Amino acid sequence: MGREVPQQQQQQVALAVEQLLAVNPYNPDMLSDLENYVNEQVSSQTYNLDANLCLLRIYQFEPDRMSTQIVARILVKALMAMPSPDFGLCLFLIPERVQMEEQFKTLIVLSHYLETGRFSQFWDEASKNRHIVEAVPGFEQAIQAYAIHVLSLTYQRVPRSVLAEAINIEGLSLDKFLEHHVANSGWILEKGHGRGQLIVLPRNEFNHPELKKSTDDGIPLEHVARIFPILG
Amino acid sequence: MAAYDYEDAPGTYDETSATQRQASSGAPPSQDLGYDPNFVPDSVKSFVVHLYRHIREKNVYEIHQMYETSFQTLSDRLFKDTPWPSVDAVAHYVDNDHVFCLLYREMWFRHLYARLSPTLKQRIDSWDNYCSLFQVVLHGVVNMQLPNQWLWDMVDEFVYQFQSFCQYRAKMKNKTEQEIALLRQFDQAWNVYGVLNFLQALVEKSMIIQILEHEKEGLEQFTATDGYDYNGGSNVLKVLGYFSMVGLLRVHCLLGDYHTGLKCLQPIDITQQGVYTTVIGSHISTIYHYGFANLMLRRYVEAIREFNKILLYIYKTKQYHQKSPQYEQILKKNEQMYALLAISLSLCPQVKLVEETVNSQLREKYGEKMIRMQRYDDEAFAIYDELFSYACPKFITPSPPSFEEPLVNYNQDAYRLQLKLFLYEVKQQQLLSGIRTFLKVYSSISLAKLASYMEVDESKLRTILLTYKHKTHAVDTDGKIISNADVDFYIDDVRFLLLSSILLMENLCKVTKFQGRICRKSSKFDLMSETRTPWALVSFDFS
Repeated sequence: MGREVPQQQQQQVALAVEQLLAVNPYNPDMLSDLENYVNEQVSSQTYNLDANLCLLRIYQFEPDRMSTQIVARILVKALMAMPSPDFGLCLFLIPERVQMEEQFKTLIVLSHYLETGRFSQFWDEASKNRHIVEAVPGFEQAIQAYAIHVLSLTYQRVPRSVLAEAINIEGLSLDKFLEHHVANSGWILEKGHGRGQLIVLPRNEFNHPELKKSTDDGIPLEHVARIFPILG
Repeated sequence: MAAYDYEDAPGTYDETSATQRQASSGAPPSQDLGYDPNFVPDSVKSFVVHLYRHIREKNVYEIHQMYETSFQTLSDRLFKDTPWPSVDAVAHYVDNDHVFCLLYREMWFRHLYARLSPTLKQRIDSWDNYCSLFQVVLHGVVNMQLPNQWLWDMVDEFVYQFQSFCQYRAKMKNKTEQEIALLRQFDQAWNVYGVLNFLQALVEKSMIIQILEHEKEGLEQFTATDGYDYNGGSNVLKVLGYFSMVGLLRVHCLLGDYHTGLKCLQPIDITQQGVYTTVIGSHISTIYHYGFANLMLRRYVEAIREFNKILLYIYKTKQYHQKSPQYEQILKKNEQMYALLAISLSLCPQVKLVEETVNSQLREKYGEKMIRMQRYDDEAFAIYDELFSYACPKFITPSPPSFEEPLVNYNQDAYRLQLKLFLYEVKQQQLLSGIRTFLKVYSSISLAKLASYMEVDESKLRTILLTYKHKTHAVDTDGKIISNADVDFYIDDVRFLLLSSILLMENLCKVTKFQGRICRKSSKFDLMSETRTPWALVSFDFS
């Protein structure tokens, strides 16, 4: 599968597989379609967890038909879906002896770093394994998006150095990156004191708890609505 | 429901009874001693004649009585350790009715599985019987009206026998040549595709998903009539289809595919009562697997909420089930769910979600263990391991064995993998309980100070705080971020003069008023010690 495949054709593959899945999610004959679809997702930078789990399921039912290359691609795509727990979901379906293979061990370590917020270690490890991660277009951007997601949950204002480490961008490239986000994502740059720039991240209910609707204490409308007929 | 222990011997994964009768596969060893399959006692004659008549007359009440009570009584009295008379021996009392004979055989095998050990041949025959029965329901015109209890038991037993077969097949070491030959010959029996496709076909053919949709719009009744058809139609396909969604959830949990399992259950709104709550076994199985899947997906709040509800329900109603054949099952699942609740609460201490009664039961059973689980040392991991192994579903490897020598047992592989991945998750969270302790005490603290309290450097502390945020914020099925955090915080990295970065914490825990006051007091106290940061915005939002 290559990049030269026209977009229209790609969409057709996706559509065809989704239809097959809808008709019968437990059909062993879909194996090659699903494998092609994984490659399709890699080249077209799309993602379909349900289809990939379906393929891992067929591998689980018929281990002889497993392609470890395809499994590796599914796992890289799953890493890119962070903060969703997809990587773990896939591992639950992959036999332990397969997970012992070197490339999977590496991916598991990478996932561990992401799960525990150790971005600098992650980028170090990723750079040592370019052959795995660079095979999938959009990998860096996806991980950067995850890093920004976790930072936004955590910080109201984050030091430039902390951000730089998490997304693995420095210097002029970082200036450009920041500029882009100031223009598009509502970031604000502040002059820091002593140790450089601060980035004010957009407010959300997780970094500004006062925005969180206190649903716990309130009574949901549906519950109140139940007594309306009686009151009427 | 049969009285078998369907998650038997947790942790050990051994079906002792199954291994004991490996010696011969063709003829059952103990079953044929003094057992004449052709002998039909009068009481059995009367039983089948009446049951047949009630089924023909669509008398659901009487069918239910005979199914729940008479069948058990007769089994206890006459067939404690032998099978019921063979279907051929009773067929002529019921006009050789094809469908009745299939139903009779379904009960016959269920009784056999519950009280004796099925041979490989019997396992295969039971599979054939399910195939014929489901084929009739799917393609034939069935006009029976059967009790929900019975229809649930069919689906439940079907999945149980599949699980049991996979466990049995995975123990290759002491299989006889004859057994291996049979396994090769009947490789379609209990094939995982076959099992999934039957359940899926029942869901689709019954149109149950559309029925439930229509019901929401008021166009159709299903839940309101408990799934029965008061207009003379049959409830069998519809209700089998409905319960098959729960069956699919369970099969997917057994395979470790939690995401797909939950997807299969989605048409059923578990926040409401439904047909699944009309049968206690179905109610428990649904919530047990739903909760377990959510636990594995790190959606702890959802797991806690549902475990809490069902445990409270069991606590209040279990006395009514004391005489039921399901009583032991209920107690067993009850205990397992307390263990799962203990795990969930240790990873996500949202005790406020748990009812007083459930909480006191929990403390009684696991209070001491839960304290030790907070320590995150080797002993704590051993307890996580123990509780998980005790309470997890009986995972299966669905693929057939390699018949090449040497034959190996692989019946524990699936369980070991799920356990390992679960413990891995626990380890990733081990530093979070330390953070929690400080979050509860401080309303604001500098990163440097917190780092020194936790004996880590500042950059390590930042990763721990990111981990806390990531692990406490799950992604739900729609991709929305949901917070599972019992206490939350944010960092506002303002640096000013000599001041270091400040960690502002909002104590979000909706604790009782009393605890709230303590929080507030201690926060004020801390604020005093931190007042050299006059510009720092400290908020006390104890909503």
